[in-house]
Amino acid sequence: MKIGVVVFPGSNCDHDAWYAFSEVLQIPVELIWHTATSLGNVDAVILPGGFSYGDYLRCGAIAKFSPVMGAIKRFAHDGGFVLGICNGFQVLTESGLLPGALVRNKNLKFICREVPLRIETSDSPFTRQGRRGQILQIPVAHGEGCYIADERTLDQLEAEDRVVLRYVENCNGSLRDIAGILNQQRNVMGMMPHPERASDPLIGGTDGLVILQSMLAAIVERAAVSVLS
Amino acid sequence: MSQITPEIVAAHQLTPSEYEKILALLGREPTLTELGIFSVMWSEHCSYKSTRLHLKKLPTEGRHILQGPGENAGIIDIGDGLAIAFKIESHNHPSFIEPFQGAATGVGGILRDIFTMGARPIAILDSIRFGRLDSEKTGARNRRILEGVVAGISHYGNCIGVPTVGGECVFDESYDGNPLVNVFALGVFRHSEIFYGRALGVGNPVIYVGAKTGRDGIHGASMASAEFTETSKQKRPNVQVGDPFLEKLLLEACLEAMRLGAVVGIQDMGAAGLTSSTCEMGSRAGTGIEIELDRVPQRESNMTPYEIMLSESQERMLLVAQRGREHEVLSVFQKWGLDATEIGSVTADGMLRVKHHGTVVAEIPNRALADEAPRYNRPFSRPFREAPLRGPHVHSENLEEDLKKLLASGDICSKRWIWQQYDFQVRTNTIAGPGADAAIIRIKGTNTSVAVSLDGNGRYCALDPREGTRLIVAECCRNLSTVGALPVATTNNLNFGNPERPEIMAQIVESIEGLAEACRFFEVPVTGGNVSLYNETLGTAILPTPVVGIVGILPTAPPVASTFSREGLTVMLLGGLGSAGADELGGTQYAKVIVQSLWGRPPQLDMDYEKRVQTCVRELVRERAVECAHDLSDGGLAVALAELSFGANLIGADIHLDSELPPELLLFHEGPSRILVATGTPNRVFAAAERHGVLTLEMGTTLAGHLRIRNRGRILIDSPVRELRDIWEGALEQMLHDTVMV
Repeated sequence: MKIGVVVFPGSNCDHDAWYAFSEVLQIPVELIWHTATSLGNVDAVILPGGFSYGDYLRCGAIAKFSPVMGAIKRFAHDGGFVLGICNGFQVLTESGLLPGALVRNKNLKFICREVPLRIETSDSPFTRQGRRGQILQIPVAHGEGCYIADERTLDQLEAEDRVVLRYVENCNGSLRDIAGILNQQRNVMGMMPHPERASDPLIGGTDGLVILQSMLAAIVERAAVSVLS
Repeated sequence: MSQITPEIVAAHQLTPSEYEKILALLGREPTLTELGIFSVMWSEHCSYKSTRLHLKKLPTEGRHILQGPGENAGIIDIGDGLAIAFKIESHNHPSFIEPFQGAATGVGGILRDIFTMGARPIAILDSIRFGRLDSEKTGARNRRILEGVVAGISHYGNCIGVPTVGGECVFDESYDGNPLVNVFALGVFRHSEIFYGRALGVGNPVIYVGAKTGRDGIHGASMASAEFTETSKQKRPNVQVGDPFLEKLLLEACLEAMRLGAVVGIQDMGAAGLTSSTCEMGSRAGTGIEIELDRVPQRESNMTPYEIMLSESQERMLLVAQRGREHEVLSVFQKWGLDATEIGSVTADGMLRVKHHGTVVAEIPNRALADEAPRYNRPFSRPFREAPLRGPHVHSENLEEDLKKLLASGDICSKRWIWQQYDFQVRTNTIAGPGADAAIIRIKGTNTSVAVSLDGNGRYCALDPREGTRLIVAECCRNLSTVGALPVATTNNLNFGNPERPEIMAQIVESIEGLAEACRFFEVPVTGGNVSLYNETLGTAILPTPVVGIVGILPTAPPVASTFSREGLTVMLLGGLGSAGADELGGTQYAKVIVQSLWGRPPQLDMDYEKRVQTCVRELVRERAVECAHDLSDGGLAVALAELSFGANLIGADIHLDSELPPELLLFHEGPSRILVATGTPNRVFAAAERHGVLTLEMGTTLAGHLRIRNRGRILIDSPVRELRDIWEGALEQMLHDTVMV
């Protein structure tokens, strides 16, 4: 098994994602430079947090033109698991892989704090080891984490059970308390909170492991299924 | 006919005698470009000309020290073949003129000082001081400066991805119109990865990397060396504009280039930009540097040599590479999309030779600029002091109301509004972040963590700069010891007024000597720092404000709690209640907030006793004999007990004291050498205290939801924790919001 972590110019949680998988969970990780046109043989891709391209123009707006995004779109289209964290979530919405947008926090300030989140569905590769209603303590660190979309999109997300995580304390003004969503095929998730920052008991607890380990379990299951078929 | 008139010399803030020295060094009249170069290199900011003589008194050697003062940052050994580089720098003047960019570029500048040594920055802390937020006359401006400074630090630090893990924030009238923004940064690397700012190897290429040069920040260094007047706001173009994204690229590219083994020396272009980086690198190596300004990437057209040499455009580095391997270096920068250009080479003649369109426009010995700046033994008298020796009679009408007022005061209240805007977690090393006695950062791949505390106290230093500075060092070491760390090395930022006034110079001298005494005693040698003088507006100086940053080392482990963790623990005071007279109340927060005055002398410090208390608590924390620990400082015993109660579960305490001190002193004096702990095993604490010769009091037990303090049966404080916590938690926001309404 191998996890890919994309590095855009200005990514700054790439190393944290690398550490969580490679050192905490002992899974091989490959850093993928933004100019790569292929993802190689990775089983899942992380779009990490940070300020890709300095967040110039809009968060994630320039990253979507990176050569690597073409490869990620193909990977996602083929059913590969893609997890966008914080800036990675912003890149996913900008690229059209997820609906909606992330705008300035309601208080217009950067917020770094631990936030309680509720798992809204365990029917996803990213929460399958959690249970619906479970509360996770995971930190957020963002200035533009307020999730917005038109009413119809929001209704559709809910109707299709694609809202994966909601804020129990809505710290940024996100519509319907949305903290993380899935695409229609349920293999791409974006979330503003940082599960990699909650994957070590010494640093921020271990609630984020539910997300990371769910994804690993989904990869293992998929591999088993493909061997059987 | 002379081109350089006395007016031009004066406009460069050079004295007639300094100009005479320039004439003597050159043996001729300088060109205007040369005069500009001398003026920045010989400015107070770059040359330390008023303080160098006294800074020599500081201890700089010790068993952990790998690099003392004189380089871009100090370096200490932390074991496992690893080292950390750290330093503090001020950006006071720019932060007043343009708070957001001033503070942001302060962060950018100190980070470059760290990664130019080859270290990866892993932590930022800030010590920031402002005028009072509630002042009728200047409150609105002070609030705007605070919001701008915090936003600037947040913008730069968050984007570049280095966590801001702690610091301090203080308010006082004296910082009205002269805020202090001191930024500390720390980085980690292997011993084998240390780089120096030395232009070694004649013939080696000199390479310019990073942002293009513009007209911003010209004469920033000399601005930082002058008092503010009504016209200072016209200096706004002197303040640079920061781009943290560019610096992130520069950081990654520099570290990657350094790993090639083809980089010989490297230095950032900070104050005095291209000028300081060239002549300092040459001077350290005993070489010369010749550059052609036509090759310098420029953002604006028709820039003169004077402007190019003096520009303080941000996010630029100068490096010297091995001749023949320059293409390897250049290709790394190309990968990161950065400008990197060979602009000259190292020479043997020790000269800084600057050409423009092929013509020499400046030719000055590097040593003359970097090492032969004038040094002044400025006259000093007795330290400036306005405060009376005796204060008013202090009698509290209502001790609980006093405690609430203290908890709501700017210096003591929760700073969450500030630090929540900082990413204090990125890089996932933050074991203890903002709000802890000291920040703790683990070093991945080892069993070692580093702890950092920044401390200052202008009120103590206004009463007695020597004692005040010793107290600051003691407090800083105490903060580190309270989290279990062994203090090992110091950096310092000396913020004072105009050194040409003998009574201000006396504050500086006394403070440096106090720093030297305390750093020697606590075995925390000084590895470098920064001096910021002329912090005056319209002739009024700030409180003398030395800020001390001390780094400690500890084994990586879950941190000791800084709030009461559960009910039923025994609350103990290591060090004892201490004794204090009314004179020693004059510098405290109680005097500031409740009596609204300043008098007397700072608390008395017995350094030997202090050290024993610190050794004792460090041992207890490391052996997990205590569950919670918090040092007593601003606001004394009552405030420390309240702060210990402000954990998520609101566990307070029931405290019984037996003291003859008047209650105002008992609750609020700020005598040092005292640390509160909570433990399930009081006998272990008693035993350790006895072994170290430290007084220890058993004071009571932790209690859910309530803080009650009694002395000899009389109830002094009796309040629900939630009520106190809400006051403390909401005060800063309240102060800031009030204005928005106005």
